[in-house]
Amino acid sequence: MNSLITLPLLIPFFTAIILIFFAKNIPVQRWIATIGSVLTIIAAISLATTVYTNGIQTMNLSNWEAPFGITLVSDMLSALLVVTTSLIAFVCLLYSFKSIGKEREKYYYYPVFFFLILGVNGAFTTGDIFNMFVFFEVMLMASYVLLVLGGMKIQLRETIKYLLVNVISSALFVIAVGYLYSIVGTLNMAHISVRLHELGQSGIVTVIAVLFLIVFGIKGAIFPLYFWLPGSYYAPPAPVMALFGALLTKVGVYSITRTYTLFFTQDVGYTHELLEILSIITIVIGVIGAIAYSDVKKIIIYNIIVAVGVILFGVATLTTEALTGSIFYLIHDMIIKAALFLLIGIMIKIAGSSNLKDMGGLIHRYPGLAWTYFIAALTLGGIPPLSGFMGKVLIVRSGFEAGNYWGAGIVLLSSLFVLFSVMKIFINGFWGEAREYSQKEKQPVKWLLTAPVILTICAVLYGLGTEAIYPIISTAAETLSNPEIYIKAVLKE
Amino acid sequence: MKTNNLILQTATKVLVFIILLFSVYMFFAGHYEPGGGFIGGLMASGAIVLLLIAYDIKTVRKILPFNFIKVTATGLLFSAGTSAGALFFDKPLLTHWFTYVHPPLLGKMSLHTAVLFDTGVFLVVVGVTMTIIQTIGESE
Repeated sequence: MNSLITLPLLIPFFTAIILIFFAKNIPVQRWIATIGSVLTIIAAISLATTVYTNGIQTMNLSNWEAPFGITLVSDMLSALLVVTTSLIAFVCLLYSFKSIGKEREKYYYYPVFFFLILGVNGAFTTGDIFNMFVFFEVMLMASYVLLVLGGMKIQLRETIKYLLVNVISSALFVIAVGYLYSIVGTLNMAHISVRLHELGQSGIVTVIAVLFLIVFGIKGAIFPLYFWLPGSYYAPPAPVMALFGALLTKVGVYSITRTYTLFFTQDVGYTHELLEILSIITIVIGVIGAIAYSDVKKIIIYNIIVAVGVILFGVATLTTEALTGSIFYLIHDMIIKAALFLLIGIMIKIAGSSNLKDMGGLIHRYPGLAWTYFIAALTLGGIPPLSGFMGKVLIVRSGFEAGNYWGAGIVLLSSLFVLFSVMKIFINGFWGEAREYSQKEKQPVKWLLTAPVILTICAVLYGLGTEAIYPIISTAAETLSNPEIYIKAVLKE
Repeated sequence: MKTNNLILQTATKVLVFIILLFSVYMFFAGHYEPGGGFIGGLMASGAIVLLLIAYDIKTVRKILPFNFIKVTATGLLFSAGTSAGALFFDKPLLTHWFTYVHPPLLGKMSLHTAVLFDTGVFLVVVGVTMTIIQTIGESE
């Protein structure tokens, strides 16, 4: 029995539980959290290598055969996402040590942090649609707490909005699962796929597909359901913002990818075209927002929306090449968004304000920060040797091949504007004359800087090692474009 | 003004034990009849809430000197431990095990690890409910 698949869930879970007992002892908390996080990374990486060498890993919980019990399924896509999640969690944790503050640390910051990781890893690993809902809730509950922890006025206000939107979308999720269950009579994702394909093309399945798109679209912030995101992500402190920006919307994106490649592939002309149109508008909206603001947080937040659009455009194209591109871009985007949020967190700490007009000349005193930001910004824009390039090339090329010139053109053009928006931060924030900030002496940013530097190095290596990583990613895309592989692995027919 | 709560307090002294017994009954009935960890936990915390109404937070804290957040964590530890324990016996997560025993007087009885899992649920429910009520009750 291979229990490796459960470890990325169990380790954060037990870490969180143990951390509750040591809530008031901050040094002990930090040590336990670090150990738990490192163990999660090790478990995730060994899971990914096992999946790569031995194929899809499954575990039927409680020893019940596949359609009857809950099945944990780790295919290449989910294993890769779990690895990325664990890495980002570790880095955000390092950053939290110096930036989150004693008060938050004493009030269960670290336990909640690990419950969030548990939720995200669980949502990526589960093979049961209702279990996915439960892990969504684990993740969302933890994110409510992380968002409100600290109790500043802006946090309270934005948490109410965030909570309201997510409670409604969770209710819709339950309703959607209810509809689906009343049609197919099963909750196991592989089994649902089999039953839906036996059922053939019928109107109600398309309706449910759109309902799922609405549910996961609210979580993943696609047009026109993105409205809650810019405000809510503006409120929390930098490491929490990095976690949210890197992980939460991507879980929604993953769920859309999973359901739209596994379940709803009968009426592609309607559902996937809808997804395609929405993703293109999402890109346009994100780009407009990224250019419009001169607030560093807002710029990066709107860049999340752009990335969600780009990834989903690849998913909507639904060829193996486009899916490979989407997965490439998804992992790249998780890493680099976390890095960028952590970097602007440092900038805000130095300048004491998130407005670009209050910054300038940071490169004179903080050259390390400046050059890390520069590389991260180029990576986000997709300059060739770096990691954003390959995913977008594949997405754009398959878009052109499918004859969707407008969509692929917009994806291509969006790169330019994304690069412009992040370079605006670089030019206005780092260049120019050195300014005096409220804190006169040089801020100690060495420790804080290690976190984004680790992520940027990962992103650069990810870009340079495209050749080596390509077969891994294409294995993942292979499973997505042939649901039979997934179904065979789960139902063992 | 100090009101005289004699009737309420005397009635509470009797009722609390009845409610607690009923919650334990509900907890153990869970496998064969309606009941289980969740409803048992809610009822046990209902008994403590009755104590809170009849007396005050300080008295109840003296009677039950627990940190209820740690009670929640202990409950989680129980549930997670029983589910992960299966891994050590080379079984999938959450696999349970049971056996029949024949103790004197009680007759045939089944011992099931699901009870340990439910104990965790019970503790979590009690811990969470009491944490919510005490925190709201104490905040000015």
